[in-house]
Amino acid sequence: MTDSYSPHPAYRLMVNGEPHDVSDAWIGESLLHVLRERLELPGAKSACEQGECGSCSVLVDGVLVCACLVAAVTVADADIRTVESCGSSQSLSVVQQAFVDAGAVQCGFCTPGLIMAVQDLIDRGIQLPHASPFDELATREALSGNLCRCTGYGRVLDAVARAVEASR
Amino acid sequence: MTAGGLKTRSPRLGESAPRPDGIPKVLGEFAFGNDLWADGMLWGKTLRAPHPSARIVSVDIGPALAIDGVAAVLTAADVAGKKTYGLETPDQPVFASEVVRYMGEPIAVVAADHPETARRAVAAIEVVYELTTPLVDADLAAEGTPIHPDGNVFRHLVIRHGDPTVQGEVIVEGTYEVGMQDQAFMGPESGLAIPDDDGGVELFISTQFLHVDRDQTAACLGLAPEKVRATVAGTGGAFGGREDICLQVHVCMLALHTGRPVKMLYSREESFLGHVHRHPAKLWYRHHAKRDGTLVNVEAKLVFDGGAYASTSSAVLANASCFAGGPYLIPNAFIDGWAVRTNNPPCGAMRGFGAVQTCFAHEAQMDKLAAALGMDAVELRLRNVLKTGDAILTGQVLTGAVPVEEVIRACVESPLPPKATGAMLERPGGAGRTADAHHVRRGVGFAVGFKNLMFSEGFDDYSTARVRLQDGVATVHCACAEVGQGFVTLVQQIAREVLNVDDVIVAPADTSVGSAGSTSASRQTWMSGGAVEGACRMVSEQMERNPGASYYEATFEHHHAPTEQLDENGQGNAHVSFAFVAHRAVVDVDVELGLVKVIEVATAQDVGRVLNPLQALGQIEGGIAQGVGLAVMEEMLVIDGVVRNANFTDYLIPTTLDMPNVLVASLIEQPEPGAPFGAKGIGEPPTISSTAAVAAAIRDATGAPVIRVPVRPEHLVFAADLVS
Ligand code: FES
Ligand code: FES
Repeated sequence: MTDSYSPHPAYRLMVNGEPHDVSDAWIGESLLHVLRERLELPGAKSACEQGECGSCSVLVDGVLVCACLVAAVTVADADIRTVESCGSSQSLSVVQQAFVDAGAVQCGFCTPGLIMAVQDLIDRGIQLPHASPFDELATREALSGNLCRCTGYGRVLDAVARAVEASR
Repeated sequence: MTAGGLKTRSPRLGESAPRPDGIPKVLGEFAFGNDLWADGMLWGKTLRAPHPSARIVSVDIGPALAIDGVAAVLTAADVAGKKTYGLETPDQPVFASEVVRYMGEPIAVVAADHPETARRAVAAIEVVYELTTPLVDADLAAEGTPIHPDGNVFRHLVIRHGDPTVQGEVIVEGTYEVGMQDQAFMGPESGLAIPDDDGGVELFISTQFLHVDRDQTAACLGLAPEKVRATVAGTGGAFGGREDICLQVHVCMLALHTGRPVKMLYSREESFLGHVHRHPAKLWYRHHAKRDGTLVNVEAKLVFDGGAYASTSSAVLANASCFAGGPYLIPNAFIDGWAVRTNNPPCGAMRGFGAVQTCFAHEAQMDKLAAALGMDAVELRLRNVLKTGDAILTGQVLTGAVPVEEVIRACVESPLPPKATGAMLERPGGAGRTADAHHVRRGVGFAVGFKNLMFSEGFDDYSTARVRLQDGVATVHCACAEVGQGFVTLVQQIAREVLNVDDVIVAPADTSVGSAGSTSASRQTWMSGGAVEGACRMVSEQMERNPGASYYEATFEHHHAPTEQLDENGQGNAHVSFAFVAHRAVVDVDVELGLVKVIEVATAQDVGRVLNPLQALGQIEGGIAQGVGLAVMEEMLVIDGVVRNANFTDYLIPTTLDMPNVLVASLIEQPEPGAPFGAKGIGEPPTISSTAAVAAAIRDATGAPVIRVPVRPEHLVFAADLVS
């Protein structure tokens, strides 16, 4: 990268509990770009870079955001969680296992974003004191920002139901 | 890369085996083309014409080259091999140099050290255009001044079947229109090219047609095909949109020119501009029937707007024309099919491939005919269904399974969904533009469709697989592009079944094995599934002959039964096999606001045999989603050749809130003769008649004619005004 686009502030990102120093990066880079291209964390995907598809969903200080809409430098020192923190091939997270079991994965491009969104839904839902936040309409509304072109969402909704059941 | 090296134990054919790439995909570890990275890599970016029709007066790349960090700027002058490419006819320039024929046509590419540098360099290239009037009306194209040396008609196909002058006792006529749909796969186009020491190049590419990508790319690079070593990179959906090449030649040119690895990825806007779409079509029909409902003749004129370049327009038109009557026995027909060139975006393959457009029209006609006859619409269809031994409009006699009656009966006999609860989110318009419950009417619509499986008209779209068995582990090597459909799962199931092993490794799909053809036309289960089966059987025979060998290996090329060209009357045995499907849609419509909510789509489908129930369900639900999208929301808005909505803000695809429940009433399992394991491809039928069923349901709810999809609120509101 050339110096023609200044400034290049140095900053530190805390991703999945690990510090990452970023230097010599153009200030205009999105969190998504920095995660994917500088920190070797390509789990978050970029299907639109316009905040319309949810494929880049990550948590910043516990809030689900589109990483494509966040300038990386603005979340220095925030607690950033990506799909890479969710599980490992030896032990999938409950949500990941549910996606595999339900057949909710086809091309998989939307999958990491959906895993983050469903995890967030479950985490928030279980804190709710009353009622069942997991009726189907509520689930559909919660996931309506995550586009999937392959599945028609049927198996995705089944995966959510399975994950909710397994998380109880 | 992709599924390489992954092992799983378990299920055989007919069971819901899990995908071998499922775990890496949920972990975010699966490498898509977009995720690839190489040391010293540069970023490629394309300059696209902002006009649909122009003469290029000059291109000055100097200002771009002067930018620090820019390694190359290439134009048409740098194309070493063939200057044009194309799947059927090489009529599309690698770069426009004299004439621009559609908005978004590539003019130049840049390689730079950072995507932002590349973006600025592209913006710095100075192009002087002299604007010309775009040809945008497909009806005027055939007679209009040619906008390309090959002329403005991609294909004019006439089908004369029986005696097309026969008149019916009851005649209904209608004109229909289908808008331009986009595949809108989630993983934008991407590729990484790495120059080789021998002057060749290694290409990792998200694609659905690897060997033809390789051949077209090599020809344009001026290299022997074997100098381009291509591998399918993780592919985020395709649906037809990756059958043509887009950035393949560009990224390889940049890599060869700079001597460095180059990665290109399209933004969403470029993706919309950079691949072909579903053809918009205008369809005129006249159906003739006896008083008892027996169809006697169908006349149609089909005009498909192919946009600026040929792509697969010719084959799309053939499908539209051959299946123009629907899955009914029609003894006489005259189909006048046109695929023409305009200055609109190029159109080509999308799931359903020509059959979707005509299905919308022929099913609207069947409902209209039923109304004219005072007959139940399903009854009318049942009276005319195709059966084994009947001829379709091309004179081809159906010899395989033809369960049209079965899919219709299973679909209509399934239970209807309960009444709406009235919940805000369930109403048309959702929470944002909520309908008034008093204005909501429910409608039910029905449609049937069919199309061919595999390539047609004499094309030998074979597939190749190599299987090696060693130490109880089978490794399958096949260049079939896995784009999400689940072929990698099927490979494992087939190899386990035939070889009776548990461990099956799916090797990366690359050009070091023979072609597998395209992942399209619902053909890979049959073609590449058959290739894998054949290679496995050869290995089994080797084991029997020579039980003690340290390993066994075989390669099998699988060809389908040969087909013929259509003759001058559009007659001939042009197709290999067919699949049939029925859909029933239930909608709620706010007739005052014109808002539609699709409540449920029920379906029954002819599948031959279910090889993986869970994957079959996923294909059906996903295909119906695209059909629903075309019915009520998806359209590329192209005004005077200018694309107005190349983004997900304005090109809307169904979300979880738009997508109805899917009820699979039945999968009809009548094993298809000649098909490996009796299985028919299942990818496209869900998209064929789901659009037509939703349109019919909206007609039922509103009384509006719904002669165009996608349906827009104004079509319904103004129609309601007219009625009242
Ligand atoms: S890439 Fe961020 S929302 Fe689409
Ligand atoms: S699985 Fe392909 S986009 Fe969701």
